[in-house]
Amino acid sequence: MRIANLTHGALFMLGAYLGVSVMRYVPNLWLAALAAGLAVAVFGALLERLVLRKLGGNVLGQVLVTLGVSFIIADACLLVWGGDPIPIQTPALLQRPVQIAGFVFPAYRLAVVAIAVVVALVLFLLMEKTRLGAMIRAGVDDPQMAGAVGIPVSRLFTTVFFLGAALAGAGGVIGGPIMSAYPGLDADMLPLALIVVILGGVGSLLGAFAGAFITGFVYTFGVALLPDLAYVILFLPMILVIAFRPRGLFGKFAA
Amino acid sequence: MKLRVFGTLALLAVLPLGVGEYYVNLASQVFIFAVFAASINLLLGYGGLPTLGHAAYLGVAAYLSALLQIKLGLSHWAIAPLALIGTTVMACGFGLIALRATGLGFLMLTLALSQVLWGTAYRWVSMTDGDNGLRGLARPAPFGINLDGAPAFYYFTLLVAVFAIWMMARFVSSPFGATLQGARDQPRRMSALGYHVWLIRWVAFVYSAFWGAVSGLLFVYYHKYIHPVSLSLANSAEGLLAVIAGGSGTLAGPIVGAAIVLLLKNWASAYIERWNMLLGFVFVFIVVFMPEGVVPGVKRLWKRYISRA
Amino acid sequence: MRFTRRKFMQATGAAAAASAFPSFAQAGPMRLGLMTVKTGPLASGGIDMERALVQYLKEAKNTIAGRKVELFVGDSGGVPAQSRTKTQELVERDRIQVMIGPLDTASALATDDYIRQAQLLTLSVAAAEDMTQRKPNPWFTRGTSTSSQCAMPLADYCAKTLKMKRMVVIADDIAYGHEMCAGFHRVFEDAGGKVVQRMFPPLTVPDYGTYLAQLKTNVDGIFLGFAGSNGFRYLRQMNEYGLLKKVTPVGGMTALDEAVLRNMGDEALGIVTSCWYSAEIENAINKRFVANFRVDNGYDPGFYAAATYTEAAVLDQTLQKIGGRIEDKQAFMKAVRSGTFDTCRGPVRFDQYGNVVGNIYIRKVERKDGRLVNRVIHTYPNVSQFWTYKPEEFLKNPVYSRDFPPYKNLES
Repeated sequence: MRIANLTHGALFMLGAYLGVSVMRYVPNLWLAALAAGLAVAVFGALLERLVLRKLGGNVLGQVLVTLGVSFIIADACLLVWGGDPIPIQTPALLQRPVQIAGFVFPAYRLAVVAIAVVVALVLFLLMEKTRLGAMIRAGVDDPQMAGAVGIPVSRLFTTVFFLGAALAGAGGVIGGPIMSAYPGLDADMLPLALIVVILGGVGSLLGAFAGAFITGFVYTFGVALLPDLAYVILFLPMILVIAFRPRGLFGKFAA
Repeated sequence: MKLRVFGTLALLAVLPLGVGEYYVNLASQVFIFAVFAASINLLLGYGGLPTLGHAAYLGVAAYLSALLQIKLGLSHWAIAPLALIGTTVMACGFGLIALRATGLGFLMLTLALSQVLWGTAYRWVSMTDGDNGLRGLARPAPFGINLDGAPAFYYFTLLVAVFAIWMMARFVSSPFGATLQGARDQPRRMSALGYHVWLIRWVAFVYSAFWGAVSGLLFVYYHKYIHPVSLSLANSAEGLLAVIAGGSGTLAGPIVGAAIVLLLKNWASAYIERWNMLLGFVFVFIVVFMPEGVVPGVKRLWKRYISRA
Repeated sequence: MRFTRRKFMQATGAAAAASAFPSFAQAGPMRLGLMTVKTGPLASGGIDMERALVQYLKEAKNTIAGRKVELFVGDSGGVPAQSRTKTQELVERDRIQVMIGPLDTASALATDDYIRQAQLLTLSVAAAEDMTQRKPNPWFTRGTSTSSQCAMPLADYCAKTLKMKRMVVIADDIAYGHEMCAGFHRVFEDAGGKVVQRMFPPLTVPDYGTYLAQLKTNVDGIFLGFAGSNGFRYLRQMNEYGLLKKVTPVGGMTALDEAVLRNMGDEALGIVTSCWYSAEIENAINKRFVANFRVDNGYDPGFYAAATYTEAAVLDQTLQKIGGRIEDKQAFMKAVRSGTFDTCRGPVRFDQYGNVVGNIYIRKVERKDGRLVNRVIHTYPNVSQFWTYKPEEFLKNPVYSRDFPPYKNLES
């Protein structure tokens, strides 16, 4: 959608905290993820409608306002939930380690991988194979023409934002058992998300998937082999790819 | 316009006589941050290149100055030029990498490069003492004048800041500055006209990094301490935000933006516990009512007010 | 009625704005500054610091040694440069006479030279070792402990009581973590044990998977030198990887702090840690402290809350010795370094470098009244920052760090 959105880390964190609260009453992780995702989605949609809409192509304004909103969210979370890190309970079924080919993996992490693959597939199908997806892509490529053909571009944009925020919020809850909810979670997640998107290429789902994969692998192995260069390794794939191919791996245009 | 500038300078010159030491120190910090923001503005406002890694130059210059003092015991007359040159040479290299992209790609590359330095500052403990930072540093004593007192340092910083901003203003209004803005607005046409767009941008990149380094020296002189957090993304982001909030592409914008951000952080935080949230709201407010930034926005609103009356 | 910072700020805000000019020392109220962290990742400890101090003042009816107290609180956001700026604000604008804090090591180091320049009486929470060792600051005292002061007795306990022979150490990759592990491994190896692996993950790593995958399992235990929430995240992940059954964790002073413990579950049961405090310490002062704190805040006080409560007690008792004359800085510093004080952590005194000498408690996590607590199972009395080593020899060595003392028994 070509919006410089730096609130995403904060939306992730907000989702995690909301999930914590929901689980105090309904101790089911998946329901909490759904509820938190919805709540954050509504917030995201409002943000898009009321604020981002007015900014058009003003990229700097987008940067400023999304960062400003992320400050507000971060401080509000601190106010409401306090400064201590709060864990989210792993669902009881998935709490044990699983043996695969002689290696031990926590069951929950395998579940998260599975969820990620499913979500990626669903999104891909949505964007590439459905009419809705076609309309969204048309709206991004050429808003005026799409509008002329009768596509409700502005409503679609809000929908996309809604969806993106929902995923962020639900992601915060699903990541909760591994990361917990703590102040600073937004600042930890945002660079990772940006690296992945830029590396993979803006505007490409496949790129995001590939970017996440590559970054994850390189980082994890790099940290194990060369712990002193942990930060370098995190950024290295992205630096290399962008330096030689500014649009990223699968990007449709140079960002 | 000249009157306004001279008037402001006159006011600033007599400030220490009227307020307490704490406010004088606060003002010094505003000047330092203003130089930092102005250097970012060279790239962002006039070059059209948004950067999220400018804290790297501030930090590296500060660390170089600290290390030369601690490890080699050189005098400040030697340290300052060495630190500035070192940082600028590094910026030459960074520019080669970062300028392979524009827009968001450029932004991410500058971010990545500065994050690498940030991580290095933490891990290269034998040089930087990692998380402990480097302390016990001394301020320079140019011509024997002691800068430890608040008013003395204030005037020193004021002089350097005025000089720095004046140099950047001259750069921008020079013929080269015009080509830079041309490259920002119409890179293809500039290319067609025979201008080497990449080179223009690279020169601007290095020049802006140089002034970022200057702000780094002022920073380490003021605090007498440097810590890796000064190289962090948060620091770069604060500078960028100050420029956007104040109005990129104007000379006064970054100064006003720097003042807003710093005063909110350091002064309002004493009275308002949720100052972080307030900062966020201020940003949102600015974008909604003055999306071009405070300085152009105020000018616009003022004109509207005058034309109505 | 709760004394809130806002009340004080409202009352003194106007005065502060007007007092841009120097004021004269007066036998009126004394001005106490609290340098803490209320925003950002260190916020939870910082907020506890404020709560406990406010509680102490409330219990003392806001009077220390016969003088009323004006409290000024500064928030550094965990950024050392901002800590220094805020300290300057507290001194230059609010004219504080004594400061409790700062919270984190980097802030203490950043403010070191300013404390010397302003001759600011400082009762610190931060653990920066060298400020009471090789570069002692004459205005700086610390009532909590140095980074390694609690780790060294724990190493002794692990070697001699728990009979561990091979251990791993892991901590955040910051000075605090390095210093703790250094102290731990030195004492452990001097007692005949071997540290066969060490890991220093970055402070903000989202996930410990890589480190857990490398963890050796042919060891007796692992020492956790984490700060804040990282300790408990690591433990949970250890549990998920099935490693808790194979390797026994023991923790440093912040790994299983009460603040973190209340969010944990059964995986924490039985874990041994060492700290200069536990909410379960059985002395009259602590019982009252814990009871009131729990009533006001709903949870047990931990490391950070106890820190300011202790420092406040030290401040109180020192001032009483010098007749309430906080303006006499030299007398204050002399009195602090020469007395013994009764606090919630037990009796303490200060060595000639300004660091505390007191009890270090070995605690074990148990369930009591439905919640997890750190029960004290052993006490090492009169522990100084040098453990059983002679100060002169200790100080001849370089400061504890990643590479000193050198790890000689690492296995790959």
